[in-house]
Amino acid sequence: MNVLVMLIPISVLLGILGLACFIWTLRTRQYDDPDGDRNRILDARWDDAPRPDRSTPDR
Amino acid sequence: MTMACPGCAAMPAEVGAAPVAADIVLHLPDIHCAACIATVEDGLAQMPGVRDVRVNLTQRRAFVTAMPEVATDDLVDRLAALGHRAQALDTGMLAGQSAVGRDLLMRIGVAGFAMMNVMLLSVAVWAGAADSTSHVFHLIAAAIALPAVAFSARPFFASALRSLSVGRLNMDVPIALAIGLSAAVSLVGALGVSDRASWFDAALALTFFLLVGRYLDHLGRQAARSAAADLAALESPQAIVLRDGEDHVVRAENLQPGDVIRVAPGSRIPADGVILSGRSELDCAALTGESLPVTAETGAEVAAGALNLSAALTIRCTRAGNDTTLRRLADLIAMAETQRSRYSSLADRAARLYAPVVHLLGFAGFAGWWWATGDAGRALEVAISILVITCPCALGLAVPAVSTVTTARLFRMGLLVKSRTALERLADVDTVVFDKTGTLTTGQPVLCSDPSDVDLARAAGLCAGSSHPLSRAICDAARQRGVRAITVAGVREIPGCGLQAGGVRLGRADWVSPDAVPSQEAEVWLVDENHTPAVFQFAEDLRPDAAACINRLRDAGVDVALLSGDAQAPVTRIAAALGLTEAHARMTPEGKAAWLTERADAGHRVLMIGDGLNDTGALAVAHASLAPSTALDAARNLADVILLTDSLLPIPEALAQARVARGRMGQNMALAIGYNLIFVPMACAGFATPLMAAIAMSTSSLTVTGNAMRASK
Repeated sequence: MNVLVMLIPISVLLGILGLACFIWTLRTRQYDDPDGDRNRILDARWDDAPRPDRSTPDR
Repeated sequence: MTMACPGCAAMPAEVGAAPVAADIVLHLPDIHCAACIATVEDGLAQMPGVRDVRVNLTQRRAFVTAMPEVATDDLVDRLAALGHRAQALDTGMLAGQSAVGRDLLMRIGVAGFAMMNVMLLSVAVWAGAADSTSHVFHLIAAAIALPAVAFSARPFFASALRSLSVGRLNMDVPIALAIGLSAAVSLVGALGVSDRASWFDAALALTFFLLVGRYLDHLGRQAARSAAADLAALESPQAIVLRDGEDHVVRAENLQPGDVIRVAPGSRIPADGVILSGRSELDCAALTGESLPVTAETGAEVAAGALNLSAALTIRCTRAGNDTTLRRLADLIAMAETQRSRYSSLADRAARLYAPVVHLLGFAGFAGWWWATGDAGRALEVAISILVITCPCALGLAVPAVSTVTTARLFRMGLLVKSRTALERLADVDTVVFDKTGTLTTGQPVLCSDPSDVDLARAAGLCAGSSHPLSRAICDAARQRGVRAITVAGVREIPGCGLQAGGVRLGRADWVSPDAVPSQEAEVWLVDENHTPAVFQFAEDLRPDAAACINRLRDAGVDVALLSGDAQAPVTRIAAALGLTEAHARMTPEGKAAWLTERADAGHRVLMIGDGLNDTGALAVAHASLAPSTALDAARNLADVILLTDSLLPIPEALAQARVARGRMGQNMALAIGYNLIFVPMACAGFATPLMAAIAMSTSSLTVTGNAMRASK
């Protein structure tokens, strides 16, 4: 059972990593416009180069 | 620098970026696909002074960052040229809406993460891990669960404390008790003080499911609130004030009595007042329901909300802002409306029953076991299992899940649900009452008589430059018949009378030929020196699918009636066209409300559909109310549901969906109560284990959610 000493911290850490990613997506407002994101993937405007970075307001 | 998706550029706010530009929020009711997003974003971004455009398809809004000199109207015009309707929204009313939702999501995430991990550890214990393994797992579970509970369940603890501090019990008291007690008892077990089972996963699952229910509920509220904000922001009427010989544009609510304002043709009068100069025709349909324009001259009193049709008017305000006729009527109605808000929803009624029952059960379980066994620890464990199992996970999800799903479905059909109890009230409806002007009809007149081609061509020539609704109707009729207008030079528009070019006159019968007998119908006469007068008669244009809508309502077993403030003749004509037997003309606003009250007393549940100020009393009194988006803002504010499309067909569909939703809520409550009926006796008997609680809670929550999402047949 000594292997648990390694496995449990690792699995908990992986879980925390997942949680941190979720919190990051939340902080960057990725759930604000689900319909829009679903449609934007069909949009060919920025396929070749990323959209130029204009000052994006806080919202 | 984080770059989420190159196309979206959904990036975190730059810290310290100076707010150099003005923000404009536009409401775009018609956008629905990737092409719309691209058109709007590219179209606006090309305009000078616009720095950034971001469309939010979910909220149907565009957020524009632009230099201060960019005018909102230019953006709206540009979008109109691109084929998109747009309205400016008041940014102040929309601020800070999403913060609560994000906070709840964060708590759900933490609770979900902790629940999964603790559940895994518990599975090992349930599967037979013993002694030191079990003990270590218990400790690890405590290390994960306690901070997670402390963070995630804070809304429940806070609400329970608030409620207890004023000496009352609410839903959150048993919830907080169950979560807190189970966490505390499990901690005692984990530290080895006593040999108790671990309830950590139960406490976390409870928190998780309840937070999901709370989040759905929040979404519903937010949708309602943002609908209200959208509507309030849509119409922020402006007025042109003449001060020191100059024009100033101010908000209508900032007008003062005594201000002199100018009202251009085609705009609504922003305040009550007296006409100082000018002669025009006013469309009072929104105020009284009359479809014929009224002539107003110097010295006449005008009411806020009337639409100025033909010529510019200068008006001295007598009452303005919140004191106008329109507003004061709206306030009276708001008071009437509080009566309706006393309607308590299914969920509220269940909650009122639920809280005392749960406390009694838990306390009885504790007392019974203590008395029978004398073992306080065992009694406490039974009480916890009762509290955990009865906790309203499914009950809390049952209603919000259904209403969230249904509201979203209705929104896709073009209906905005403003009130949280509207769905339940719509499901009760057995009678639908329509207003005529602007609701069953488009409010625009069409030519219904059959003049000769020559007369029509001459009339259309006279009307070509006029924006009066009757002129537009003549031009439309000529275009439809393929008649080319005869160009007429030197046309003068005489406000309140008609059009004149040399000896040819087109206009009111008594102006064109002074000995004519004025009729009740809407008509204009065309005369010149040597012809007999030609008469053009007008009727209101029915909405194209009004008849289909009424037929579907009848098929669904709903009675339909028509109440209008207009004259008998047009009402009879519309009623005949739609096959309505119950139609009343010349109804005053009070008359409409009284008619509805009478129906309500007879045991009927009435849905009122109307758009004008004369309908507001009825909208407030009715069991449920609906207004088209073109309605006057007082009517829109009152209505439970706003119809965003021009078609009336979503109305029968909404009633059907509301009935389905009502049925689902009932089923869900029954499911949730059924689970309790099975598991509560077992908990009271002391058989409940954490494993059983976990299974009961998850399955009941999942079945309830699944039932809500099930597509309707």
